[in-house]
Amino acid sequence: MTITPARPDIRPTPTKPTGPVMGQPLDRRDGVPKTTGTAHFSAEYDLPELAYAALVHASISRGTITAIDTTAAFAHDGVIDVITHLNAPKLKSPPKTLNPLDLSTMAAGSTISFLNTDQVFVDGQPIAVVVADTLEAAAYAASLVKVDYVPLPVSVDFDAAMPAAKPAKGLPVGPPLGGHTGDAKAAFAAAAVTVDLQLSTPQHNHNALEPHATTAVWDNDRLTVYEGSQNIEWTQKYLAKRFKVPATHVRVVSQYVGGAFGGKTQVWAGTLIACIAAKVTGRPVCLALTREGVNRTVGARTATRQRVAIGADSSGRMTALIHTAITRTGKVGGGPEHVTACAHDLYDVPNILAQQRTVELDLMPNTFMRAPGESTGSFGIESAVDELAISLGMDPLEVRLMNQPDDRSPIGHKPYSHRRLATALRRGADLFGWSQRPAGGTQDGNEFVGWGVACAIHPVIRMIANVELQLDNGQATLRSAFHEMGMGSATAVAQMVADGLQIPYADVAIEYGDSALPNGPGAGGSAQTASLAASIERACEQARKRIGDGETSFSVKIGADSGARSVPGQLRMMKHMALDERRLKKAATGAHFCEVRVDADTGEVRVTRWVASFDIGRVINAKTAASQLRGGIVMGLGLALTEQTLIDSRTGRIMNAGLGDYHVPVHADVPRIEIDMLDDPDPAMPMGVVGAGEVSIVGVGAAVANAVRHATGTRVLDLPITLDKVLPRRG
Amino acid sequence: MTLRPNSRLSLNFTLNDSDLSLDIEARSSLLDMLRQQLRLTGTKKGCNQGACGACTVLVDGARVLACLTLAAQVDGRLVTTIEGIGTPDSLHPLQQAFITTDGFQCGYCTSGQICSAVGMLTEYASGTPSAVSEHLAASSTLSPAEIRERMSGNICRCGAYNGIIEAITSTAGASQ
Repeated sequence: MTITPARPDIRPTPTKPTGPVMGQPLDRRDGVPKTTGTAHFSAEYDLPELAYAALVHASISRGTITAIDTTAAFAHDGVIDVITHLNAPKLKSPPKTLNPLDLSTMAAGSTISFLNTDQVFVDGQPIAVVVADTLEAAAYAASLVKVDYVPLPVSVDFDAAMPAAKPAKGLPVGPPLGGHTGDAKAAFAAAAVTVDLQLSTPQHNHNALEPHATTAVWDNDRLTVYEGSQNIEWTQKYLAKRFKVPATHVRVVSQYVGGAFGGKTQVWAGTLIACIAAKVTGRPVCLALTREGVNRTVGARTATRQRVAIGADSSGRMTALIHTAITRTGKVGGGPEHVTACAHDLYDVPNILAQQRTVELDLMPNTFMRAPGESTGSFGIESAVDELAISLGMDPLEVRLMNQPDDRSPIGHKPYSHRRLATALRRGADLFGWSQRPAGGTQDGNEFVGWGVACAIHPVIRMIANVELQLDNGQATLRSAFHEMGMGSATAVAQMVADGLQIPYADVAIEYGDSALPNGPGAGGSAQTASLAASIERACEQARKRIGDGETSFSVKIGADSGARSVPGQLRMMKHMALDERRLKKAATGAHFCEVRVDADTGEVRVTRWVASFDIGRVINAKTAASQLRGGIVMGLGLALTEQTLIDSRTGRIMNAGLGDYHVPVHADVPRIEIDMLDDPDPAMPMGVVGAGEVSIVGVGAAVANAVRHATGTRVLDLPITLDKVLPRRG
Repeated sequence: MTLRPNSRLSLNFTLNDSDLSLDIEARSSLLDMLRQQLRLTGTKKGCNQGACGACTVLVDGARVLACLTLAAQVDGRLVTTIEGIGTPDSLHPLQQAFITTDGFQCGYCTSGQICSAVGMLTEYASGTPSAVSEHLAASSTLSPAEIRERMSGNICRCGAYNGIIEAITSTAGASQ
């Protein structure tokens, strides 16, 4: 018996608005397929002759494979092949250096040549793949592969390696890793009031609910890959290089992505190995990672160790801010994370010192995870500002408001295009009822009750967005290989096109998630919507002119690859963006207000109320934008209270590589979250759009920690805020 | 009887509207049988170890985790998956409510959330208490705290929890 799955069906949900739609809370266009189970994710393509693959993971962190016995695995019914470094095709080595003109050189999640080396560099490294007719056969046979190793000593203990930390080198693009103005050390020494905190945050794993999955199909030297990705272009170029075929021979289809949060930005082992397995067996191969496999083979957010020292005069004006941080990378990849970036922009301080160092460990390389740097760095600064307010005997909201820069950045004195952080603080405070906050926490029955506040900031990043807009007698189709991981991208894009062309929303079709389309922006850095807005604005302008000239059916192409995919075109767009960055400082900002209740007997922290106000520029879709902002806060609740990847400090093995013991927030952990958006277009951004993906997780850890401090008197400096850290000094 | 890793057995059960007779691997989980053998991929695999709820389906109307259920266990029983709850042309009220309240983002947990909600509402109506129930008799209104507690086996990493609670509350309210 066969049941033929329905084809993916992207269409507007029944709402059919007329007139302008920008800003309206329209339903998602992919609502029907996602709620009926007819949306097909990467492991769900029903291809003829499809085979299934399962990985064999190394059980040591560093060493040499001396023997692999695949006899029993091969002999198991249904097994097609077992591929190891002994019989895998030789691929071109992964790029080891970053080419700033070709960001796809950043695509490799690590420099390991999977299945092309007898060396093990990290615990859980895939060292063989079994391909079989069924998933059950592949998984069982993988357990039959026997491996002998000669282990080597490892360096996997972050704290032990810290004395060897080296100054962090920044990338040619992206936020700063350090900086200074004035003399922060002298000013701190001379300050009337000081706080000096040492803080730590653990490793976090994305754990998107869809485990990374790849379905790979070769047709001679042409490769089609169904892959949930945030970065279709990087994946395409990376695979083309590794398999030595032209990029145009690799097609990456990414129609549905089951969550990503940064974890599907780079290319990880599973993707590559699925393509190897398909090449070797001549069959379409589906390789879906196990949950454990996701945790062992995909990078994570680095742990941090931070110092934040703030000096102020007795009125509360900050005179010195020192923020230093140590993060870790892998010896086989990863990079420094801009933990101290918030120090550049949150407060107007005449003397600032931001410095970062990194250590290299024999662990999976770190990678991007929602607001890399700001999410953890804000925990440091916003905890310290709260302690400063306590030392001053002032309201923590007041201290934040009185130290806001007016219109220029403290370092470099560049103008902010549109800074509305103070407005967000005031609006959030009003909605929360902050003026009723008692100076000390209160007790309600067996619970201590406290309120906390923290600021959020995330810089603007923009990327190149190529689009094609086709008009056909009043019907419009916008094509671009952008990404939809749940942000509501396609819906927002349709709203922009409808208004840009002044046509009904229902007459706009959107094609995305496929490298056969013009290259879109990567879905990272909260950059996608604004990047697309710039190109859509130009496309619609040109189209309106041609409609005015009487044309009815035509196509407009915008972007560097609208003709030949030219390097000069890419360079022109990058230069334009870089100059813009240099001239103006642009950022999404926000303010969190929350209430916690702490059980007096157990120390358990429950978050019971949350209000947050954000400036994300113009809001394209009020419903999906609010959802995305809420989602960042929910992930922030995990960062604050439960999430930590535990690494065995002897072996480097992740001890909680599953959702049973890596605790992400569940329904019972999440109260009603009230979102306020200023909806105030940024005049320096296309269509006034800034970006919403990351700003809302920034500051959440500190807001919770500050509320716990208010409730109990205990300042928790080491995330997550677990019961044991709250109890000993409570009350 | 000795079962080898690749032993097979025959299975008769009702899936949504169809009576099926299948020859399956004895080791197949209900989840893998649905997704692989029947290509019915609306039921999702998020962890394969009973921790995330993405694979929630209904067996004889009660919610179960398909990843922790051997296919062999549903012999003679009625299995309802998301495909049996509603279809694109005929949405179940909960499916429509999820769309209206934006109770999902990436959509990967959604099938499980909806199946779980259907099962949960039946459990509640039958008087099954939860950890936060103050009385054993089901009250006529289902509080957000009750729904949160009863839905906590279904993880949404995108954090669409507010919308999900709103969707269930509005649907439960309308049907009472």
